[in-house]
Amino acid sequence: MSGFPILATRGLVKRFGGVAAVDGVDLVVDVGEIRCLIGPNGAGKSTLFKCLTHQHQPTSGHVLFEGRDLQGLPTHRIARRGIAIKNQIPSIYANLDVRENIRLAALRRNLTKRELDSVVDLVLAEIGFDNLQAKRPAATLSHAHRQWCELGMLLASNPRLALLDEPTAGMTRDEMLKTVDIIKRLNARATVIVVEHDLEFIARLAQKVTVLHRGKVLVEDSMERIEANETVRDIYLGRKKDTAHAEG
Amino acid sequence: MLRHIKHALFPFALVLVALTGPFVLEPFDLVNLSAFSAMAIAALGLAFAWGTLGILNLGHSVFFGIGAYAYAIAVSNFGDSTLAVLIGTMLPVVFSLVLGSCLFFSRLGDVYLGVITLCVTLIFYSFMTSTADPWFHIGRVPLGGFNGVTAIPSLNMPANPQASLSTEATFSICLLALAGAHVLLSLVRSSDAGRIMTAIRESELRSELLGYDIRFYKLVGFALSAAIAGFGGTLYTAMMGFVSPSVFDLPQASQFVLWVIAGGLGTFVGPVVASFAFQLLSSQLGANQVFNTELIFGATIVLFVLLAPQGLQPMIARIANLKLTYRFGIFRPKEKAA
Repeated sequence: MSGFPILATRGLVKRFGGVAAVDGVDLVVDVGEIRCLIGPNGAGKSTLFKCLTHQHQPTSGHVLFEGRDLQGLPTHRIARRGIAIKNQIPSIYANLDVRENIRLAALRRNLTKRELDSVVDLVLAEIGFDNLQAKRPAATLSHAHRQWCELGMLLASNPRLALLDEPTAGMTRDEMLKTVDIIKRLNARATVIVVEHDLEFIARLAQKVTVLHRGKVLVEDSMERIEANETVRDIYLGRKKDTAHAEG
Repeated sequence: MLRHIKHALFPFALVLVALTGPFVLEPFDLVNLSAFSAMAIAALGLAFAWGTLGILNLGHSVFFGIGAYAYAIAVSNFGDSTLAVLIGTMLPVVFSLVLGSCLFFSRLGDVYLGVITLCVTLIFYSFMTSTADPWFHIGRVPLGGFNGVTAIPSLNMPANPQASLSTEATFSICLLALAGAHVLLSLVRSSDAGRIMTAIRESELRSELLGYDIRFYKLVGFALSAAIAGFGGTLYTAMMGFVSPSVFDLPQASQFVLWVIAGGLGTFVGPVVASFAFQLLSSQLGANQVFNTELIFGATIVLFVLLAPQGLQPMIARIANLKLTYRFGIFRPKEKAA
């Protein structure tokens, strides 16, 4: 790989009317990293993800993926470049069975029929679905299984960068631990950026944490240092005076 | 293997009817059934665009009508039906590519797409009814306004315009064409491209995020459905010997939709059976003049949406499944029935 970071945003802005949901974000993520993105509600995490994949068109600023500007590319072309995303709202093919879901994700990769089948089998094993579960329509799955199904689709599509928006929301601790395991497998092949609130989850995964607040990058550090950071504690608790202080 | 046999059963039955029909049926029935088949072919086009790709095309009749008029004009000018069928199939494709580009690249939602396509067919209707003036002619064929084009030659032997095909031969061709259209669309649907189209119907967002160009797939599927509809239109016109603007009108447009809903959205056998059933009903009612057929169809569509929203084919499949379960104690998951 070249010397470029896998992802770099320069002054990325997304406005909805008068509100700047993303307000000049400069984010650099290196190849192979697993980066956690945290921040209180409305910090612009999901909007940032949607700007990266052009589900929203950025108002201004640039997104460089492997050193190349993504400007003007439609969503499916960005996916073809190697960015896969799991939105906050699960997005799977509800009426198709799990195997077909995974297969459709792998289908774009121009594999032979045999390779395709083995990729699907491998991914189903990685997300821990047995044959019976793989034949069920995705709509009949439990919440956690749906999340894993979508993660499986990301694994099968073999991205270079995977964006995960709250992959463990609403999960029990055991389910969360299994999700950590799946994401580690994903990280073995791809750079991962993940938005999360669960501190244990972050501690288990991330080397580096970026805190987003009001559409801007507030701090970027290791988890231990972030946890000790007074400003971060304040914005999560909504203490206004100190927030202003941090921004100033 | 068993699944393949099951899927081949319906087209096989059609082929059987196509070959034996001429020996057992009256000429009057042969003509009727040929016309029904031509309509059923066009309905299959909508069953594909709507059921597989999720394109709610309320103006499917526009492709049928363009095919019908193209055949009429081409065959009257050139005298040979083979070329006319080809033109009648390709012209709707060209039109669908233009219309589809506007619709899909502007990312219209379902409802808007339905309204616009319906308007398009009604515009054609309105235009064709106002072409009574002899000035409106293509080659030596006047468009004829409300009366349409008449005295259209029927199908002939390929490359031999003098040898008109008999009623029996035309009947066989229509039913074989229906079987062919069914097989073609089934093959497309089960191919990788067809599975991607099904995925696009399920979730456009997910398909885009996986890297599929949904506009491209929709355009291709739309064009295929237009080709099938246009082809049906050519056969229909060849059968009837005339075409009028009513091929574009609201009752015609709504009939295709009714057949697909009644037969079962997402299925192919259902819409074909439904189209035959409703056309039979329509011709019986029309002969009696007791009821207004459109009123009956309106009531039927309401009943179907209320009582069997999934349509005939899925409903029958489910009932058959229940019976099997009851009889042999075989447990089959519910999803398989659908």
